[in-house]
Amino acid sequence: MNDVLVELKNITKRYGPVTAVENINLSIRRGEFLVLLGPSGSGKTTILSILGGFTVPTEGTVLIDGKDVTQMPPAQRPTVTVFQDYALFPHMTVAQNVAFGLEMRGVKRADRLRLVEQALATVGLAGYGARRIHELSGGQRQRVALARAIVVEPAVLLLDEPLGALDLKIRQQMQDELVRLQKTLHATFVHVTHDQEEAMSIADNVVLVNGGKIEDYGPPERVYLRPATLFAATFMGDSNILAGRVVSAGAGTLRVDTPIGQLALAGQAEAGSEVHISIRPEKIRVGSASTDRAANDGGGHSESVVLGEGEVIELVFQGTHRRCRLRAGPGGATDILARVPLDLDIAVGSRAVLGTRIGDLVLLRN
Amino acid sequence: MRRLFGNISTGVYLAAMLGFIYLPVVILVLFSFQRGMLPVPPFEGPSLEWYERAFSNPRLMAALGNSVIVALSSSFAATLLGFLAAYSLARRPPRYAGSVRFLLMAPITVSYLIIALGLLVVFNMVGMSKSLLAVGIGHTIINLPLCFAIIYSQFGDHHRNMDQAAHDLGAGDLQVIWRIAIPIMRPAIFAAFCLAATLSWDEFIIALLLSRFDVTLPVMIFELLRAGLSPEVNAAGTIVFAISMSTVAVAAIAMLLWRGGKR
Repeated sequence: MNDVLVELKNITKRYGPVTAVENINLSIRRGEFLVLLGPSGSGKTTILSILGGFTVPTEGTVLIDGKDVTQMPPAQRPTVTVFQDYALFPHMTVAQNVAFGLEMRGVKRADRLRLVEQALATVGLAGYGARRIHELSGGQRQRVALARAIVVEPAVLLLDEPLGALDLKIRQQMQDELVRLQKTLHATFVHVTHDQEEAMSIADNVVLVNGGKIEDYGPPERVYLRPATLFAATFMGDSNILAGRVVSAGAGTLRVDTPIGQLALAGQAEAGSEVHISIRPEKIRVGSASTDRAANDGGGHSESVVLGEGEVIELVFQGTHRRCRLRAGPGGATDILARVPLDLDIAVGSRAVLGTRIGDLVLLRN
Repeated sequence: MRRLFGNISTGVYLAAMLGFIYLPVVILVLFSFQRGMLPVPPFEGPSLEWYERAFSNPRLMAALGNSVIVALSSSFAATLLGFLAAYSLARRPPRYAGSVRFLLMAPITVSYLIIALGLLVVFNMVGMSKSLLAVGIGHTIINLPLCFAIIYSQFGDHHRNMDQAAHDLGAGDLQVIWRIAIPIMRPAIFAAFCLAATLSWDEFIIALLLSRFDVTLPVMIFELLRAGLSPEVNAAGTIVFAISMSTVAVAAIAMLLWRGGKR
């Protein structure tokens, strides 16, 4: 059961006094679509560059297929990088670009032609071989870059913000195609992006990077719904963050004092410590004060909790729902963001009861 | 009214400036077609006899051949060395890249006379005689900073990714230079070569001081001039000028075509 293809062990990269990434440990499974997600300057591109062999880490080891490749130059690694600007060769045709890697590997001309045509067909550019690079649109260039990379059948394909330069519509289309491509080739993709929606829609696993460290790692649903850290909760979509102090801890249940009152939730923390609790806006239920919809409706993790009353201070139509900002807690201590259905009878200035389920209160690691 | 006056004065100024720059050349070319013994007014009507004389003058033709050889080989050497220096400074900058760049560019400020004298001393020390090779070396020295500057200025960061992509796909250093860097830098390399060739073609002081029996065309014209004014000298000068201008024109057209080809 050796399905770990790539392993980063205790990787640190320093540029003089600046630490780009610090003590990164990461395993990538064979056939996985892994996304390195983080804001710019977080170190995600450095990690990709270390995988590709363009950057040698200051400390740590890179294993691919069990082999130590830490010092190995890019040409000898079973990886190929698709660059952010595609880095296509402008003086060659599409076919010559795609054939370049095969030529460098000494593949015979006849085989080369066949493999190039096959790769172009895979990315939906059959018959484009004779075109020049400058005749192609951004999306088509992206496909050529992909074809040039997959034609040499790398064990790991590294994608450095490959969709960053594309229009929203083509970007979404390319996201779907990347996933389809990765599944049909049974290849291992490592994809860098700063776009959390892109990460959620394509990743098998997301690695959330910030300040050169891994903040969170896991399937996108888990990372989104139960973020591990304060950064993870705020970077992945909107979130309500409640700062609080643990008043009692025991048997896996905490009682935490927050600006909107005392909350009970599952988790481990020391009594007296400062913690943050995250609640996604769509997990907050808003009921008008008269018809209290946030009533108790069961036990365990689905048990409802009342978060007190709030005054609606902002209501923004968003198509499928409305974004609602409420002033909640004693004396309007904090703002709570919620999504409310279009048919809910509330207006700015009206009061509402807020509720959620215990399971949707997420304790964040500091 | 004021605008008209402005236009007129601008026009006069422009004409004066162009006249100042081009009149000597126009006179030189005009009197190369002189019918008569002296290249001085009055102009006595067009004739190609002096060109016939020039082209049948074996010394002049030998000098022209020498000039072509020196110009082509010294520009080739300067462009090659300039490209390699620019490539390494742009792609794999050494520790003191700034100082290296400065040292490469500095000779541009040294007068040709000083360079020629220095070379004379050095060639004397190593026992190398005055020759076309010596002239070629001198021209390589004066053109290297220029070739380096032109090519270095055209290396951009997006080219860096192309080099890396080629390495990533399995190309070695020489393959990257030959298959990627040179074709991409072709316009800059060609421009550098053409500029170096015209500068070498026109160069006089170094060619005069470092050559003895085989001389280049400017030196030969200088020797002819010492024998006195003659429309034949004008004809030879016109040939030098015409070849310089055609080289520049070819370079300019090639650049336009390449630029038009992209995007």
